Amino acid sequence: MDVLVGLGGSDESIKTLRQTIDRTQAVGDDLTVAILEKPEAKRSQDEMYEQADTLLTEADIDAELVRLEGDPGSALVDYTEQGEFDQLVIGGGTLSPMGKIQLGPITEFVLLNSPTTVKLVR
Amino acid sequence: MEPTRIYPDDRSGPFPSPPTTIDDREGRPIEIRAADDLTTELEDVVAMYDEFDPSDRAQGIPPTGEERIRDWLETIAEESVNVIARHDGAVIAHATLVPDVDEPAAIEERNEIEWELAIFVLQAYQRAGIGTQLLEHLLGHASDVGIERVWLTVERWNNPAIALYERVGFEATGSESFEQEMAIVLEGEDGSG
Repeated sequence: MDVLVGLGGSDESIKTLRQTIDRTQAVGDDLTVAILEKPEAKRSQDEMYEQADTLLTEADIDAELVRLEGDPGSALVDYTEQGEFDQLVIGGGTLSPMGKIQLGPITEFVLLNSPTTVKLVR
Repeated sequence: MEPTRIYPDDRSGPFPSPPTTIDDREGRPIEIRAADDLTTELEDVVAMYDEFDPSDRAQGIPPTGEERIRDWLETIAEESVNVIARHDGAVIAHATLVPDVDEPAAIEERNEIEWELAIFVLQAYQRAGIGTQLLEHLLGHASDVGIERVWLTVERWNNPAIALYERVGFEATGSESFEQEMAIVLEGEDGSG
């Protein structure tokens, strides 16, 4: 299966990538990792790129690593439409102090606009 | 600590303090009381959530199953501020404020941090005016113990809940997504503001 994972720069992104790497190793998917431009994130796009590169190298996975510029939600859906992906993977939200699941605006945009099956990682 | 969320310019209040007993719209006497040490009443609250209709869950809470309910309540119990409502001795509604901090035990001043609000009313007691009373008494109690900034998220399509929160003074804040964020600033203990 051709899998695209989209990452902002949060801890949620790291968790999403780790789980996707585990899944890729288990089933032998073809993986593409897209690093989004999200200035308000904990890690800059460059830092996230570096960290993703390190995690992929450590796991010995030969994935394509790309930077997507512009609005993160629409850039990711655009890229998905142009490629031949079977699945788009994104983070599945954060938990509030109360334990409420919170999905951000990027997640909402992707869910409502992606032509490809979307997986949310919890 | 600087707040990370946007808050209304005007403060809201005063709100009534617990304890009180009200008659709901069905004529049932409902006792509303603060329960700051939730751990001593934990089993009664667990019993309420165990009866909660899972179709009324919001954003994953309350969890289902007694064990997961107890784990969740124990996690938030320690430093949270709570008001519970009872009918015939049984807990039928619970409202809580949970501090938005990494180490709840290290809280020094309650007015310096932000508190997340949630309220749950057992199905058989909904649409009887209990939610409004419980919410107002939680905010009254919060003000009594020095809390000023309260926020919540509510599913964007849950119009009755959003109307209830607006009625007591919450204003919509935050970005567009599946959840609407709302916030309120409470008057100080001495009514300052």
